[in-house]
Amino acid sequence: MTAVAIRPEETRDAVAAALGDKVRALTIALDEVTLVVSAADYLEAMRQLRDAPGCRFEQLVDLCGVDYSAYRDIGTDGPRFAVVSHLLSVGLNQRLRVKVFCADDDLPVIDSVTAVWSGANWFEREAFDLFGIVFEGHDDLRRILTDYGFIGHPFRKDFPVSGHVEMRYDAERRRVVYEPVSIEPREITPRIIREDNYGGLH
Amino acid sequence: MAEIKNYTLNFGPQHPAAHGVLRLVLELDGEVVQRADPHVGLLHRATEKLAESKTFIQSLPYMDRLDYVSMMCNEQAYCLAIEKLLGIEVPLRAQYIRIMFGEITRLLNHLMWLGSNGMDLGASTVLMFTFRERESLFDMYEAASGARMHAAYFRPGGVYRDLPDSMAQFKASKIRNAKAMEELNRNRQGSLLDYIDDFCARFPRFVDEYETLLTDNRIWKQRTVGIGVVSPERALNLGMSGVMLRGSGIAWDLRKKQPYDAYDRVDFDIPVGKNGDCYDRYLVRVAEMRQSNRIIKQCVDWLRANPGPVITDNHKVAPPPRERMKAGMEDLIHHFKLFSEGFRVPEGEAYAAVEHPKGEFGIYIVSDGANKPYRLKIRAPGFAHLSAYNELTRGHMIADAVAIIGTMDIVFGEIDR
Repeated sequence: MTAVAIRPEETRDAVAAALGDKVRALTIALDEVTLVVSAADYLEAMRQLRDAPGCRFEQLVDLCGVDYSAYRDIGTDGPRFAVVSHLLSVGLNQRLRVKVFCADDDLPVIDSVTAVWSGANWFEREAFDLFGIVFEGHDDLRRILTDYGFIGHPFRKDFPVSGHVEMRYDAERRRVVYEPVSIEPREITPRIIREDNYGGLH
Repeated sequence: MAEIKNYTLNFGPQHPAAHGVLRLVLELDGEVVQRADPHVGLLHRATEKLAESKTFIQSLPYMDRLDYVSMMCNEQAYCLAIEKLLGIEVPLRAQYIRIMFGEITRLLNHLMWLGSNGMDLGASTVLMFTFRERESLFDMYEAASGARMHAAYFRPGGVYRDLPDSMAQFKASKIRNAKAMEELNRNRQGSLLDYIDDFCARFPRFVDEYETLLTDNRIWKQRTVGIGVVSPERALNLGMSGVMLRGSGIAWDLRKKQPYDAYDRVDFDIPVGKNGDCYDRYLVRVAEMRQSNRIIKQCVDWLRANPGPVITDNHKVAPPPRERMKAGMEDLIHHFKLFSEGFRVPEGEAYAAVEHPKGEFGIYIVSDGANKPYRLKIRAPGFAHLSAYNELTRGHMIADAVAIIGTMDIVFGEIDR
């Protein structure tokens, strides 16, 4: 088993002390510390997490978007999009997960942390590409993983796995053409959420 | 003097030094790189999206195809994340098998890196040498899992099956006489562990061979010393991990600092560089191969002495033994449910990271209690490294751009996912 946060309680206390009233929620689950901050405090909180003596998160390990609109098949009451980052302190050997929800579901906007960690650059481009989350203050917010000229944000839950268009070479027109997809979506193994304690595993 | 404009050059996606499908847009002033803009995503397969529509076990073979030169390390991170959410214990023997194959995978990766990076920089002999050893390592993969590359050997709760007692033999052929056959099959007479043990005894000499080719080679040093220097502070800020961090002098290794599986039970050292240039990272990788060999040897000795189960006996997660399934009603039901519906993972989120040969490879799973992940995020080390490419390359010559791609150990399976 991975002990991700070496001392999760100490990390939690240090984060709580450093951020004060910016903390919306601070929990420990599975030995991992999760911090929720509001979108307004996000950038400042991240800067404090990097610089505060008990935190010293020098590294942004990962940053990704999450679309909660199909959570447990019905979605959550709160905002649809979240940006989840994983921070690592090499000096203090601790980890932290920071979660921030985007206020507007139709145009999710969040501050960019590229000024705090340069490594956030591509991770934010990826979250923009796949989820359509706009990072304010990012100076080069282009698509990164999808094709040139791609339409839509493919990791949103309302985007089908097979996509909307397919591409082939048309010998008559002697160029590549885009057409609506011809394959039917199918689900071989249905998605099932059982009640708690089903089968007595937990 | 005439005004000379900057020249924009497309490097790749079809270029032997691009290590796959990298399209680089280089802005050049003469031969000096002013700006490098890597275009990635040409191998994007949306693994994370596909995983959302597959059960947890069905997604496991996709992990092999992420970083396709270090297959089992990807699986390990995936299994660790699921095990964390499920809260199940892995038998100790399975943990040892995992770290043994994790290190075999590290050798595979570093040998591939050494050979191809040598090729990039004009030393073609080293590729022939490293691929000779990769062949033996693939044979180990094959003996354990049945597949030479995409093994799908690690499972949530342990490994798929125990190590075999015999090795496959070379068959007689027209081009080899009996004596040559005997020589080829000499180290294949015993079990897989005997074969690995024999390899461990041979391997340090092979590493010496690579070093005689490169370490003091004048051309190699001219191509790598002082190229792509990254300071420890910048390396951290840019999200670098693994050798890219250790090459700059930060002794950070998840196997030591946040041990997973049985890494806290084996003895090994963390090699660290000093200057943070391509040459130091080369030295770190070579030293890491020697350390991996040490770990493998310790695992072989432990595994020989300690038989036992290799997968959890929780049959909600791992299938029961096949012979019991023939007679036991409950085992039959478990098997059926496991391979039709899969197991459900309790609601929650977990991040598990392993010290992948390339750096920190992490899996972040959000589960809503279903038999499929709600969101799976793969944290690929190469993605963070390549994003720093512009900063590392700026001001270098175009030939050094190739050296820097090489030193980052770029594989597009994991970057594009």
